[in-house]
Amino acid sequence: MDLSFFVIQTLSGLASASSLFVIASGLTIVFGVTRIVNFAHGSFYMLGAYMAVTIVPWLLEFDRSPTLFFVGVLASALVVGVLGVIMEVVLLRRIYRVPELFQLLATFGVVLIVQDVVLKIWGPVDITGPRAPGMRHGIEILGQRFPAYELFLIFVGPAVLGALLLIMHKTRFGVLIRAATQDREMVGALGVNQAMLFTGTLFLGAFLAGLGGALQIPRLPANTGMDLSIITEAFVVTVIGGMGSVPGAFIAALIIKMLEAFGILIFPKITLVLVFLLMAVVLVVKPWGLMGKPEVASGRAVLPEGILNLKGFSRKETMVWVVLTLALLLVPILGDTYKVKVGIEIMVFALAAFSLNLLIGNGGIVSFGHAAYFGVGAYAAGLLVTGPLKAPMELALVAAPLAGGLAAALFGYFIVRLSGIYLAMLTLAFAQITYAIFFQWVEVTGGDNGVVGVWPSRWAATREVYFYVVAVLALTSIVALRHLFYTPFGYTLRAARDSANRADAIGIDVKTHRWLAFIVAGAAAGLAGGLYSFSKGSIDPTMISIAMSIDFLMMILTGGIQTVMGPLVGTAVFHSVKDFFMPLTDFWRFFLGVSIIAIVLIFPKGVVGALDGLRERLGRRAPTPATPAAVARETA
Amino acid sequence: MTKLDLSRRTVVGGLAATGVAMTAGTGAAQGAPVKVGELNSYSRMAAFAVPYRNGMQLAVEQVNAAGGLAGLGGRPLEIIYRDDGATPGDAVRVAEELVTRENVTFIAGAFLSNVGLALADFANQKKVLYLATEPLTDALTMGSGNPFTFRVRPGTYMQTKMLVDAAKSKGVKRWALVAPNYEYGQSAVAAFKRLMGAAVPGFEVVAEQFPALGRVDAGATVGALAQSRPDGIFNVLFGADLTAFVREGNTRGLFERRTVVSLLTGEPEYLLPLGDETPEGWIVTGYPPEQVDTHGHQAFVTAYKAKFNDTPRLGSVLGYVVPFMIRDMFNKSRSTETAAMMEAFKGLTTQTVCGPVTMRAIDQQSTLGAWVGETTLKGKLPTMKNFRYVDGADVMFPEAEVRAARRI
Repeated sequence: MDLSFFVIQTLSGLASASSLFVIASGLTIVFGVTRIVNFAHGSFYMLGAYMAVTIVPWLLEFDRSPTLFFVGVLASALVVGVLGVIMEVVLLRRIYRVPELFQLLATFGVVLIVQDVVLKIWGPVDITGPRAPGMRHGIEILGQRFPAYELFLIFVGPAVLGALLLIMHKTRFGVLIRAATQDREMVGALGVNQAMLFTGTLFLGAFLAGLGGALQIPRLPANTGMDLSIITEAFVVTVIGGMGSVPGAFIAALIIKMLEAFGILIFPKITLVLVFLLMAVVLVVKPWGLMGKPEVASGRAVLPEGILNLKGFSRKETMVWVVLTLALLLVPILGDTYKVKVGIEIMVFALAAFSLNLLIGNGGIVSFGHAAYFGVGAYAAGLLVTGPLKAPMELALVAAPLAGGLAAALFGYFIVRLSGIYLAMLTLAFAQITYAIFFQWVEVTGGDNGVVGVWPSRWAATREVYFYVVAVLALTSIVALRHLFYTPFGYTLRAARDSANRADAIGIDVKTHRWLAFIVAGAAAGLAGGLYSFSKGSIDPTMISIAMSIDFLMMILTGGIQTVMGPLVGTAVFHSVKDFFMPLTDFWRFFLGVSIIAIVLIFPKGVVGALDGLRERLGRRAPTPATPAAVARETA
Repeated sequence: MTKLDLSRRTVVGGLAATGVAMTAGTGAAQGAPVKVGELNSYSRMAAFAVPYRNGMQLAVEQVNAAGGLAGLGGRPLEIIYRDDGATPGDAVRVAEELVTRENVTFIAGAFLSNVGLALADFANQKKVLYLATEPLTDALTMGSGNPFTFRVRPGTYMQTKMLVDAAKSKGVKRWALVAPNYEYGQSAVAAFKRLMGAAVPGFEVVAEQFPALGRVDAGATVGALAQSRPDGIFNVLFGADLTAFVREGNTRGLFERRTVVSLLTGEPEYLLPLGDETPEGWIVTGYPPEQVDTHGHQAFVTAYKAKFNDTPRLGSVLGYVVPFMIRDMFNKSRSTETAAMMEAFKGLTTQTVCGPVTMRAIDQQSTLGAWVGETTLKGKLPTMKNFRYVDGADVMFPEAEVRAARRI
């Protein structure tokens, strides 16, 4: 490697790191203060780029000067900042009191809405922005040309870092941000106007995301995939740096982009997985990121966000569930093939969601990567059937939960050592690493094309028979999992969730219990994955993708994580809403997003949680509870 | 179910009206429409799929105005459009809905290769015909091919072969390759190595880069390619990745004095966003709508512009060609039975605005070709020069290979 190449590649890495930091800094500040995992941050980045390709060319019509270019960039960022304020005031402000996960759900609704709004306003074709006047050329460095604009970008990152540190340490707003990042409750107790603080923070966060996007227009065309392509990387940077730490994000961005600039020389395919590998390693070694601190509130007893008072079924509820189950079992007799297909999918997803709620609602272990175990189960089943073994479906369906459980045992060993958002991020990292393995191992897994020909054994080949196969396996698994909530094991998990310290003090081995729960949930998800692969006839990496993990989260949140049976209703509602809007319009993502936000606002405890609340309020005067099916109709 | 009524909104405009108002001698289609289910990523891949649907709608109108499907007693053709969600899981469910609820005669469409493969396998399992219009993966007609699946667009291997045929005479030996890290990119690179390696003695790959799709780090990638000092570059990047790559490469002089061969870059979908930075003289596959004047092509361009107020994209041509192939198939099958339709497609030749297109029986791949030429700027408009239409028949897999891959 000669010196000139080394220098040029370093400069490339620095320019990319600088761009990434600008975006990630906004995310980390917003998380630090509001504790919201803001999925919409990527959307703000995309909107910044679209604003800039609209505003900047218009300004350059007057005069092709660098000044006007940067005026345009700043104006775009300001517009996006205002959009951030609107999101805070209209949406987030109403849901600070609901479980933190619900806020994540709401921001994901915003992502879906923004995707379709952008498509509607700017159209599907990529829009290439103008280059920065006066910085079109390359500058000769050691005999190689390097873009002038990227030299400029290298300085933007440190400048933003400096400005942020200045704000943090010299202004009252900045001091409050730091205070809130350290201990939000205390800041509230001291009488600080939290509403103003949060609005200001969202403005700053969205502004930085918009700035990051607007600065990219000389390098990247504004396109509709920008939001999702940046958001995971931005998350990884904030986590590696330590959530809430701006200097940490700066260092993390530098490490990632420098590793990438040189890593691709040795492993040309590394970009797919590099950031997640790094995140997993950092979190295993340093559980709070490079510069993050353990949460002050983590030792405090807080109101948990999961299942609170566990009740058995009343006689009426038992009746309702028995009737519902019977109705479900009649679907193949009364409905057409399509209904049967949808019924199979709902049962499969219900099992996966139910197992996820064993972790989240019951154990307080928030997993952003449950699709990993679903996918591992699906691949184990699919590859057994289609691979050299040509195993029958029966064997594959035994292997699926084993594989899912095994993967959960392996990853869970590391995951249960962490807590809170870092734990969630480690689950995400492992899921992405799994995704990358199945994506990249083309010889065995077929890469992104996947493997086709995963069909049930002959006796179960018709949809109707397979429906009952799924019904038996999924429903018994759900009943067994539900039973687990009521066993001492279930109570122990809840004790550890409510206060890990106190549980530890009375002699409970918290980590081992959590690990066991993880393995059980992984095995159930694996079984669901196996069942799903036989219903759609193929396996492919979208089954392990982040989108799939998010879908599972949506399902349990829609139903309500405070209830045992909520995830089942949530799955039915979520799947029906999607199935209802998809054939109706190209803009189905918009309506899905609106539905999600509506559910968050109207049923902040999920559909079933809301039903329970309603019943408590009506007391004994309400003779029958609304059936979940009726609720599903209303919300759809 | 109200949703069924609503979902018909995409039914070709005026179709029902023409059917009702039909009287002898008007020449319009009559009778109950023959339904075909079309799934595509209209939401996620709108840049390609929406012009594609436009082309289809235009062609269906013309087919029905000219008397519909003569082989089926002049019944009109109706295409029911559905979003496939851009994932195989959603696509298979939607296909099931089209087959059971809408009673379509067969299914068509898909953009992404993994969606196409899942639909092909669904078709094989459910004994439904599937006309794969857009997916490029070679597996669809080779290793994973099945009797129920027919493909229209020239696949990855065919398009790569067109480029190699056009570029091999330059005799460039030292190549750097860059492709998105997924099946399409990997297969294109493999085909290029194989074909160029056979055509040019001393062929050598000095660098390979596989950035993740949609997330190219252009600076680092261009640096890594330039470091290997190649004489030729084979590019498979497209979309936003391509634009970022071209800008970075232009500024750093990566393309100067080098032969660049680039897959799909001449398609308006990907070429137009390059704007005034369009590099001069890249050898590409693509489609220059304004300049093609064979087989009544300009009449299509004019009609398309009049209806949609936009120039056609590659997707538009593809979408426009397909309904005519479907019409000819029905005219030959005279039936909507799957077996009869499959038999009718085999060896079927259709006269299209790209020239005659034949569905080769052995691998059920059509001979639709593509335009190969060089990129250039006409004023401020990126387009192609020195182009010619390469008939797909000239670049298909050899029959022996097909037999080996499909085990027939």
